[in-house]
Amino acid sequence: MDSVHDMGGMDGFGKIEVEKNEPVFHAAWEGHVLAIQLAMLYARAWRVDHLRFAQEQLPPLTYLSASYYQRWLLGTEKNIIERGLATAEELKAGHATTPGKMLRRKLTVSVLQDALTRPSYFRQQQAPALFKPGDRVRTRNIHPKAHTRLPRYARGKLGVVERCQGCHVYPDSVAVDQGDNPQWLYTVVFTGNELWGPDADPTLQVSIEAFEPYLELA
Amino acid sequence: MVAHDHGDEHHQHGSELSETQLRVRALETVLSEKGYIDPTALDAIVDYYETKVGPRNGAKVVARAWRDPAFKETLLADATKAVGTLGHVSRVGGHLVAVENTPKRHNMVVCTLCSCYPWEILGLPPVWYKSAPYRSRAVKDPRGVLADFGVTLPTEIEIRVWDSTAETRFLVLPMRPEGTDGWSEQKLAELVTRDSMIGTGLPKNPSEVR
Repeated sequence: MDSVHDMGGMDGFGKIEVEKNEPVFHAAWEGHVLAIQLAMLYARAWRVDHLRFAQEQLPPLTYLSASYYQRWLLGTEKNIIERGLATAEELKAGHATTPGKMLRRKLTVSVLQDALTRPSYFRQQQAPALFKPGDRVRTRNIHPKAHTRLPRYARGKLGVVERCQGCHVYPDSVAVDQGDNPQWLYTVVFTGNELWGPDADPTLQVSIEAFEPYLELA
Repeated sequence: MVAHDHGDEHHQHGSELSETQLRVRALETVLSEKGYIDPTALDAIVDYYETKVGPRNGAKVVARAWRDPAFKETLLADATKAVGTLGHVSRVGGHLVAVENTPKRHNMVVCTLCSCYPWEILGLPPVWYKSAPYRSRAVKDPRGVLADFGVTLPTEIEIRVWDSTAETRFLVLPMRPEGTDGWSEQKLAELVTRDSMIGTGLPKNPSEVR
């Protein structure tokens, strides 16, 4: 969806503020929000694409004014309520009034190492790869209403396939509960001029990781 | 918490922080009572990210690559595999890609859509990496971004920005500073900053490391 999370190329957000000796978490609750999210992902209550999509659906003003972990919190609550894992009333009251649903597994200390290792997103191909390194491609000018990983600044642009990264889980499908629908993934490179016009830095090249359905041969 | 997330924003309930704190506590209690989460495991996760993983993991990988050409070759061909051979460094899932800075090319990593970052090798990302200013500008004005970090590169160096729009994760392999011949891996690792592995900084000057 075309919302404010898709920030590449926007002006006006100002200078980058670097915090010296930044702590990992700025408050204890931030760590808990992260840990709750990882525990629910491990339990397969939802998947990482659902977390991203839930945040993208926040009202733009909320997205921009919330801190990073506040956004995670809001996205987590949204997934919990939408999936019937708890009700808004229970979250407001801070107590469960009905038993939980059965989840696939539970994150405990004994499986911590397994849970902390990022899962593989490689999947068996459904068809041969359409493109190969060196191919000139154009990204499609598409504006899906749901989750997509094709950023707006790189739509309808001419680029070159640099690498094939294998066949991966397709986020656009997972986020709307349509399953893995594995797709080939490519690193596609664009010149600064192609993306930003004649005034762009002439030495700039930008790549995105593009799933095959985002591309057509140029 | 932003005001319109609360039905009761016209009441005062202490600071914004404590309101969020209460909300997280309520969430954790409900999920625990439902049997979905184990609070002890949550504490272990927090401890892991606070104390067990961080940029030093990546620094060891970079220092090894600077000293060991065969390792560097493997790292650039298949970073997941290469880091896996350093079992003590980090547990890495699939899809890690290392990209090399050269005298002709400087690499920078961003995630314009959210906050994708190689957690297993660099720890959790700093706030600036997840912020709107960085996410918006890195793909359009990387030299301006570098200026915010106090870094100026020669104008003839090509800048390559990697937008992490999928599950591939990128680690920048910075150039080894001059004047470090014969340095141990441990000493070399001290030169490697977090920002140099994201591409918004350069390694430290050897004179900064005794």
